Amino acid sequence: MGRQTPLFRLHQELGARIIDFGGWEMPLQYGSQIGEHHAVRRAAGVFDVSHMCVVDLTGARVRAFLGRLLANDVAKLIACGKALYSCMLNEQGGVRDDLIAYYMSDSWYRLVVNAGMRDKDLAWIRDHARAFDVQVNERTDLAMLAVQGPEARAKAAQLLAGADAAAALALGSFFGRELGCWFVSRTGYTGEDGFEIMMPARDAEPAWRSLNSLGVASCGLGARDTLRLEAGMNLYGNDMDESTQPFESGLGWTVALEPRGRDFIGRGALEAVVSGGSPRKLVGLLLEDRGVLRSHQKVLVASGGEGEITSGTFSPTLERSIAFARVPAATADKVLVDVRGKLLSARVVKPPFVRAGKSLVT
Amino acid sequence: MSNVPADLKYTKSHEWVRTLTDGNVEIGITDHAQQALGDLVFVEVPEAGRTVKAGEACAVVESVKAASDVYAPLDGQITAGNPKLSAEPETVNAEPYGAGWLMRVRPAPGALAAAQLLSAAQYQKVLDAEGG
Repeated sequence: MGRQTPLFRLHQELGARIIDFGGWEMPLQYGSQIGEHHAVRRAAGVFDVSHMCVVDLTGARVRAFLGRLLANDVAKLIACGKALYSCMLNEQGGVRDDLIAYYMSDSWYRLVVNAGMRDKDLAWIRDHARAFDVQVNERTDLAMLAVQGPEARAKAAQLLAGADAAAALALGSFFGRELGCWFVSRTGYTGEDGFEIMMPARDAEPAWRSLNSLGVASCGLGARDTLRLEAGMNLYGNDMDESTQPFESGLGWTVALEPRGRDFIGRGALEAVVSGGSPRKLVGLLLEDRGVLRSHQKVLVASGGEGEITSGTFSPTLERSIAFARVPAATADKVLVDVRGKLLSARVVKPPFVRAGKSLVT
Repeated sequence: MSNVPADLKYTKSHEWVRTLTDGNVEIGITDHAQQALGDLVFVEVPEAGRTVKAGEACAVVESVKAASDVYAPLDGQITAGNPKLSAEPETVNAEPYGAGWLMRVRPAPGALAAAQLLSAAQYQKVLDAEGG
């Protein structure tokens, strides 16, 4: 029996197929997974992401603490409410987890980390927070809904009273703010515009029902996975983990090596990689033959060497299969993939595959 | 609750078998199977002329989530793969017992009896035991 979010009973009532995800009983789909995917690309959908772990960090030295904990640099966050995507590394430069950090105030940052990493992350964060006298408060009292799609913000704003609705609609990309006892941010994991909304657990079910009545489709983790893959976004545990570094995971852009004096965990290991060059890289693949790419399929590279698919699926938007693969750094524009004993040809492309409803590959 | 038509025969691996008037059989996957797989996005059916043995993997159905083999329920020779499914795999979801058939097979002599196929009632028991 896994853990349940405050929306579990509603998912059951809505006929969701429930699966285990990182120790949580979560909805995979309510009806057609492809239908849910298209709802987000074309209109709006709502996801229960309450299983994700919200952690508030407070203290006078919280900024210095995050400068030590995260590979990206919270000093980039100039304005209150701004969010930053970052990896949290181990000493070897491997990715312990990826997360979003919100700059709430000079003495308060909010992190959102992966559900399956909750216990390991909290232990790691608490261990390192002590030296900075930072308080670590897990917000199990909050539920979180992701409302995503071209119509998502307009629909979700209708859940808010006039002034709050206007404030939510005025949020810039990757900004969040507190509106009453909700925290609304213009973020997501689908490649579409939208909000992620943290709210007291008791608010979640009425909010979901209101969104449904406004025409926002209930969407499960199945559609979330095809949407994020089309959007070129990594999934922790598939595309990177403790044994892989950001530079071989398509996440070099999230590592802030400047300023040089910032001694974040894993920095030493990454500097060695930067000077020598990473032997592997994460690329996008577009299958040219018919079939479906899946994680762990072997990739054969003409210049020699092998790689492996880290995430693969059928793309409902492109109506063909797409994937991420970790391959030798010298990999050029074509590869072969061993799909159930057959060698199929795939083209190497730079993710994302789809953004804001539009195909970025031809 | 999935649909189990009374006039068909079944396998434990969720294929159905319909005997046609010419003595050949038509084979597909059950309503339960298509529900469990979810939206199908790729179907590979065997070529006509191929000889298959009972239990041999001879077709592939892939949904967004997973790939699954389809097994020949009996010995015989493929007379046709459903040509519609390469362009419209979702037909299997919409009409698993009709337009979504996968292949037609000419059974080897005695193969139909030897296959020990399940009746609808027996297959329903398999589903009940699986909690489906």
